[in-house]
Amino acid sequence: MNRRDTGLIQDEPLIFEQGGEGRKGYSLPRWDVAESEAKNLISPHLLREDLEGFPQLSEIDVVRHFTRLSQWNYGVDSGFYPLGSCTMKYNPKVNEEIARMSGFASLHPYTPEDLAQGALRLMYELGAFLAEITGMDGVSLQPAAGAHGELTGIRMVKACLQARGDGRKKVLVPDTAHGTNCSTSTIASYQMVEIKSNEDGVISPEKVAEQMDEEVAAIMVTNPNTLGLFEEHLAEIAEIVHRKGGFVYCDGANLNALMGIVKLGDLGVDVVHINLHKTFSTPHGGGGPGAGPVAVKKELAPYLPVPVIEKEGGVYQVNYDRPYSIGKMRAFYGNFGVILKAYAYILSMGPEGLRWASEMAVLNANYLMKRLKDHYHLPYDRPCMHECVFTDRFQEKYHVSTLDIAKRLIDYGYHPPTIYFPLVVKAALMMEPTETESKESLDGFIETMIAIAKEAEENPDLLRQAPQKVKVRRLDEVLAARKPKLRWAGDK
Amino acid sequence: MGNFARYIPHTPEDIRRMLETIGVQRVEDLFETIPMKYRPSKSLNLPEPLGEPDLLRHLQELQSPLYTSFLGGGAYHHFIPAVVPSLISRSEFYTAYTPYQPEISQGTLQSIFEYQTLMCQLTGMEVSNGSLYDGASSLAEAVLMAFRITKRKKVLLSQAIHPEYRKVIETYIDPAQQEIILIPYGKGDGRTDEKVLSDRLDETVSAVVIQNPNFFGVIENLQGIGAKTHQVGGMMIAGFSEAIAYGILAPPGKFEADIVAGEGQSLGIPLSLGGPYLGIFSTRNKHVRTMPGRLVGETVDLEGKRGFVLTLATREQHIRREKATSNICTNEGLCALMATIYLSCLGREGLREVAMMNLSKAEYAKKAVSKVKGCRQTFSGSTFNEFVMEIDGDPEKVLWEMKKEKIIGGLPLAKFYPELNRHLLVTVTEMNSKEEIDRWAEVLEKCLERA
Repeated sequence: MNRRDTGLIQDEPLIFEQGGEGRKGYSLPRWDVAESEAKNLISPHLLREDLEGFPQLSEIDVVRHFTRLSQWNYGVDSGFYPLGSCTMKYNPKVNEEIARMSGFASLHPYTPEDLAQGALRLMYELGAFLAEITGMDGVSLQPAAGAHGELTGIRMVKACLQARGDGRKKVLVPDTAHGTNCSTSTIASYQMVEIKSNEDGVISPEKVAEQMDEEVAAIMVTNPNTLGLFEEHLAEIAEIVHRKGGFVYCDGANLNALMGIVKLGDLGVDVVHINLHKTFSTPHGGGGPGAGPVAVKKELAPYLPVPVIEKEGGVYQVNYDRPYSIGKMRAFYGNFGVILKAYAYILSMGPEGLRWASEMAVLNANYLMKRLKDHYHLPYDRPCMHECVFTDRFQEKYHVSTLDIAKRLIDYGYHPPTIYFPLVVKAALMMEPTETESKESLDGFIETMIAIAKEAEENPDLLRQAPQKVKVRRLDEVLAARKPKLRWAGDK
Repeated sequence: MGNFARYIPHTPEDIRRMLETIGVQRVEDLFETIPMKYRPSKSLNLPEPLGEPDLLRHLQELQSPLYTSFLGGGAYHHFIPAVVPSLISRSEFYTAYTPYQPEISQGTLQSIFEYQTLMCQLTGMEVSNGSLYDGASSLAEAVLMAFRITKRKKVLLSQAIHPEYRKVIETYIDPAQQEIILIPYGKGDGRTDEKVLSDRLDETVSAVVIQNPNFFGVIENLQGIGAKTHQVGGMMIAGFSEAIAYGILAPPGKFEADIVAGEGQSLGIPLSLGGPYLGIFSTRNKHVRTMPGRLVGETVDLEGKRGFVLTLATREQHIRREKATSNICTNEGLCALMATIYLSCLGREGLREVAMMNLSKAEYAKKAVSKVKGCRQTFSGSTFNEFVMEIDGDPEKVLWEMKKEKIIGGLPLAKFYPELNRHLLVTVTEMNSKEEIDRWAEVLEKCLERA
């Protein structure tokens, strides 16, 4: 392929467009048994002729290919990543090393319990740590992601109500909750009823009382909510919901603001999921794997997915014999390779460290908010928690949008904030700095944001044309959706 | 300050200046919206912080000893080339989030596009998503998708599907509205009973679900099942838990499968006590808009250059929130990347060879077993890299004895199939040397005598 003068941002063809017939990039253990003849063992019509289209590359081809691809990515290690609601904090390297230790990485899920005591202990203890941090009684580490934890939690609520012969139909979801909360309630066959937040950006008890009746199974609250505001009336709301026999589900995606400050269980929350890949520093992996453990109060504990890890006489045991359990949300125990990084993180931080993390996360967000609010429109001007939400209203008059601002940040070497979310704010720019950013790092970002606000006024085309200093410029998403091309088709 | 300071950069001077800018006195003042009466009086009851050296020592102690193992059953010990961990350790990959900003996520996006292509080629299907959580939840999502498409309420599940996968399907469906009918396995050949399947198949069936190779390691005869299912307007779902088998087995697409859903752990992903793994999910083009999970598509940028974006997002939870096809928000991106790198290294020839080696070693082990007294193979159906055997003795006791010789001899099946209470599932991969297999047979014989 011909090189273009792109500097180090080189073009890189697909793996299928490289290599050559017969080229090899692998080696296998020695053939120490006779090679069977597949046709003699398996009916030939059940066998395949060939792996049509599969690559044929040498090892260096593979290494260069994926190294090149990695260079077009931006991670937390590349720079500041203020993606709101995602808690892009630093991912400690020692935790990666721990996950690769052979006594964990090579451990089969059906290893006899007596040979896996250390791993079982680790899961048991992490469950206890998470219960302590959230103020809950029981934990399952099984869900593979936050949304998976939500579904697990809502299923448990449903199972508990059904056991009482109570077939409720509705779930209340505030407009400041995460998008997945709505789809979760739909997937669990509940009708979703939206609760509007008040002028302070939080839910008022009166609004909940109006909607709350014996048909409502649960309210799904995100706290702090997606505006970065603490739901200050949550305890009162929980009382209203409980009085009519409903449950309080909390989306714990934003737990990074609350560790050691307040326990969700003390506010009347009955079930909460926790994103280990946000609050507890495990990396996001370019979109997974994460882990979304779910923590519950006593009343819901019998419904936890199986297995549950128990400790008896100093021995850790796996208990599948739980008649009320909702069942299983996935095979085996959960994303153990993620779970052990969260465990290592909590042990590294200790009780004061976790509290300090939450305090510094909130300090960083408030500092950012204060310094930017003269330059960008701040729809809810009150102390925030771990994140703050701006809009493009000041820039609108120059025909510059949130999208343009986000793309211009890329030219300055930053990952943009979350944009156009939460939906309750028009053209939102949602920024979550996290505690692992220093004051210098925030100052650099703030100066850039101010410079961009100025550019919007003086040279708005710079924003509309952004980003320019990247491998590819703005991409045609309409074309991608209208004429979906979802695989390489050169083999056809 | 404690050991945790290494992750949080704030100096006392930074904090003083930041508070001054914000206009408050103390850090606690930032939390004034949290009512005092709910604030705990004590700090969290957690262990005191550990520095890196002590943390490493503690975790080293929690590691398990590694024995020679013949365990499989949905999680397999395969060789992972050094290239895989080396490349996925590039933190531009693993510290990135979901590629919402395509201009600075082309690495993730292009690799997922390549992954989608490889999965289509492997399974013989037209379109693959960017991965789901694991094989079990992927198969459950396939069952839900068939309910959505056919608007029917009944699913036929082979009893030879991984028992944990079946449990997940049971958990995912709504028992008030949907029904599972189990199709038994043949006691002789260990395959899904085609006669019973035909008897139960009618116009009320949304889908037929068969795993190949099945939980007993037996290769199913998928020929004709797709056609039969389509005749009554149902869908055929092919599951799998051992992706390496498709190095030699005909892809389910060849047998008219409508959805293929299974586990990709074997493709370069470590065992890690059961996760994170890789949910593979592929289907026909006509179903793409009802498919769950993230999708990457090819497009062009402003200058006409090829690029990749997340696409068809209207199926997801963000937009049309109450009409989403599932609540799935992420994929298992890094695991999909591991599989992509693994398959790029193995390539056309390597995947076939590793599959042949698995088949050959398992055949060698079967021969070894045939010479062991008090032990015989249960099913006559051909197998890939695992098989069921019956022993004259209590499997738990025999395995306990074998463990003393540092061998995990197999998986007892009584927990999953009460009728198979003297049976073990034995798995042999390319990682089990001939010497190991010989010793396993020898120790098994000795322990059978002893137990």
